[in-house]
Amino acid sequence: MSSRKTSEPFWWGLFSVGGVVAAFLVPVHLFLHALAAPLGWIPASPARMQALVGHPLVKVYLFVLIALPLYHWAHRFRFILEDVGLHALRTPIAVLCYGSAVVGTVLTLWVLLSI
Amino acid sequence: MTTAPRAEQPGLYYPKLPATWWLRRPAYVRFMLRELSSVFIAIFLVVFLIQIYRLGQGPEAYAAFLGTLRSPGWIAFHVVALAFALYHSITWFNLTAVVQVVRFGERQVPPRLVAAANYVLWVVVSLAILLFVLRG
Repeated sequence: MSSRKTSEPFWWGLFSVGGVVAAFLVPVHLFLHALAAPLGWIPASPARMQALVGHPLVKVYLFVLIALPLYHWAHRFRFILEDVGLHALRTPIAVLCYGSAVVGTVLTLWVLLSI
Repeated sequence: MTTAPRAEQPGLYYPKLPATWWLRRPAYVRFMLRELSSVFIAIFLVVFLIQIYRLGQGPEAYAAFLGTLRSPGWIAFHVVALAFALYHSITWFNLTAVVQVVRFGERQVPPRLVAAANYVLWVVVSLAILLFVLRG
């Protein structure tokens, strides 16, 4: 229990930074890549997108954009589950939520490094 | 489920509330929607990561994935997700403006002004990303 208590500020810090990243960057990217590109509103040719993603700085940016808000999700989703009454499962919920975010971080890193 | 299970750890008290307690007041519903926005944002980010992964597999795989995202179900989901993402941004900027005290000399900058600065920065950053992706 003591280890969980001391790790709380760490996860909260990631939650906070992830919240900032999500607030500033997610709406425009969601609009561009999940709506405008599939609907053909913007020219999103594979060659153009590959050239963009291939740039090292863009990769760093994409890592920040994708990985950090996952910790924001983990923190909020953890407390949604607790707030609807799953207090008894406090520890497994926390492990599952933050664990998923860590897995997501590793996958993001892997995808960005392999492309 | 009507009551919360009793907590096993001593010293922690949890009031017994039904799982639907947040439906009682509009403010509670707004709170829950704000928290839920993170779920929609996370799903989009996973979709986006898959999109990048498919791009790495080649032009055909990328085009096929865009075709999947063009289906009415995905478009509907992402319209809702965009609304949630905007709701997160708005609530986040309003909240951080109150939490984060900015001082100018002796005086504290009013939270409304801090929020306004965040909104301006948000618009500028979004436009810059838009231009970068469209023209590069």
